[in-house]
Amino acid sequence: MSNDARPGADPYTALQATPEFQDLRKKFRGFVFPMTAFFLAWYFLYVLLSIFAPGFMNTHVFGRVSVGLIFGFLQFVTTFAITFIYARWANKTFDPAADAAAARLESKEF
Amino acid sequence: MATIASLTGFAALPAATAVGSPALNIGIFIAFVAVTLAIVIKVASGKKSAEEYYTAAGAFSGRQNGIAIAGDYLSAASFLGIAGAIALTGLDGFLYSIGFLVAWLVALLLVAELMRNTGRFTMADVLSYRLQQRPVRLATAISVLCVSLFYLLAQMAGAGGLVSLLLGVSGELAQNLVIGVVGVVMIAYVLIGGMKGTTWVQIIKAVLLIAATAIMTVWVLGKYGFSLNGLFNAAVDKTASSSAEKTAAAAEKLTTYGMKYGKDTVTKIDFISLSMALVLGTAGLPHVLQRFYTVPTSKQARKSVEWAIWLIGGFYLLTLVVGFGAAALVGPDAITAAPGKANSAAPLLAYALGGSPLLGIVSGIAFATILAVVAGLTIVTSATVAHDIYKEVIKKGQASQETEVKVARYAALAVGAVAIFGGMLAKSQNIAFLVALAFAVAASANLPTILYSLFWKGFNTKGALWSIYGGLISSIGLIIFSPVVSGKAADPKTGLSPSMITNPAIDFHWFPLDNPGLISIPIGFFLGWLGSKLSKEYNEQKYAEMEVRSLTGHGVGPALDH
Repeated sequence: MSNDARPGADPYTALQATPEFQDLRKKFRGFVFPMTAFFLAWYFLYVLLSIFAPGFMNTHVFGRVSVGLIFGFLQFVTTFAITFIYARWANKTFDPAADAAAARLESKEF
Repeated sequence: MATIASLTGFAALPAATAVGSPALNIGIFIAFVAVTLAIVIKVASGKKSAEEYYTAAGAFSGRQNGIAIAGDYLSAASFLGIAGAIALTGLDGFLYSIGFLVAWLVALLLVAELMRNTGRFTMADVLSYRLQQRPVRLATAISVLCVSLFYLLAQMAGAGGLVSLLLGVSGELAQNLVIGVVGVVMIAYVLIGGMKGTTWVQIIKAVLLIAATAIMTVWVLGKYGFSLNGLFNAAVDKTASSSAEKTAAAAEKLTTYGMKYGKDTVTKIDFISLSMALVLGTAGLPHVLQRFYTVPTSKQARKSVEWAIWLIGGFYLLTLVVGFGAAALVGPDAITAAPGKANSAAPLLAYALGGSPLLGIVSGIAFATILAVVAGLTIVTSATVAHDIYKEVIKKGQASQETEVKVARYAALAVGAVAIFGGMLAKSQNIAFLVALAFAVAASANLPTILYSLFWKGFNTKGALWSIYGGLISSIGLIIFSPVVSGKAADPKTGLSPSMITNPAIDFHWFPLDNPGLISIPIGFFLGWLGSKLSKEYNEQKYAEMEVRSLTGHGVGPALDH
């Protein structure tokens, strides 16, 4: 890929050093890291509650529908919601910035 | 935790008493094979480049790939195992579905797109990108082969168990014959169609599986006036009328948690360990990762995972109804009396609802499921053997595409042979440990290295090797010394231990948990960090190249050859 043999003139290293790219990385990590922390915490909360707090989880809310079942359904809801929110964010916010960075690499403007 | 067995396994089976019409079941299965084989020949026969063979040259759309991912992921374990676990243990069975689903967020947010942008053929492409090629590729290849072979054996062993339930053949020879037939058909798909053909088989299978499950769900709900509560009441009543005292007494617990995992502290911690392996293992499964290369761009990879999450999540919601439906309409007595036990819940429900025709359809789909999943695994293992071990490690990158594909095809034959003979040997085994191991090894040996190489500047070759080998050895080692392999208390009726080694006198276990994830996953992450800190290796240019490409998608495309 790097046809340019001069040291220090590698286009990837040059692009990586630009504030725009730093910003792109920050944008990406700023979204996916907190989101990951959230869904893992939320999932393990559910796992721990269902194992260590059966009294609470097994309280019936109506009929035989328990708190735990609703909690379980909420895991589906949050998974679907995170998928939807991430896809929207990535399509609208992240992709244009990533495409712009890729275009700079093509035209070698650093 | 006894229980991944019931999830994925068809452990030791008693003589079969088939329900429905075996001829019809076989007929539907043969029809599926004939139709899919014709499609595979039509869309994907002929000579192939390495890229076409391994990844269909990225020719699928995100939506197609998403459906194929669902087809790959919803193995017989998901379809038969989870429905059965819910039918017998109620909401405790539902806990699995949630772990299997939430796991996809790791793939969506952290792995799929960046992998697509930095790799082309195999998982090792990404892991060795900025590290020393040969040692890292070799380590990755070993780990990929371990995970895939365990998964493969579990699926093949499952085929053997399914046979006695659905086809009414119980003889040793007949079961082996069916395993052989499944293996040969699978090899045909792979050799003729490569990744393209295999993907189409998975797409067709996913559509059929989800459609059949949806029909059963609506049917069950219709019987109870579309009231979930009505269904729950019926399931509890039926379970309470069970002839087994213990089952009847626990009926009320069906709609609550703790029926299976709440017993004591060890089972509780074991469940946490299992949950960790499930949620972190998926994004490290090689056959899942390979699917991201079958689309052209990271945007399509994102779309693939979006579709996969909708389909897989929707499917697991359906299995909740199917599981409780089986409890209500078939009942625990009939389920545990059937060959295959918990795994027979969904087929028996199909029989109770729609008689022989619906049972035939569901059985045919269950076979198709095993076939499609095994074909996907075979592609991945043969790609690893040919691309990573043969081309990069042995030939140091100097092999023509033609030879590489030839090696891959031979490797597929070899993997097929291993699958057939391994499946014959493993069919009476408790195969729980194979699947638990596949997920735990994937989470311990693969995921730390994937995340570190994508996100951590300071990661290097020593870190990768320590993490991969450390995760691999600790997860497999702990399994060997766990109760899964030896030392579970013997069943008073048969005098045999439910462990893999059924002789209760042989007991060398000292690790208390069935699943090693709780210990081995942190070990994988820790060793990756420690190894990296102890080595000064750092390739600035390669790191820049990898990071820029992973985020921007620059250089992704068929024209690229580095």
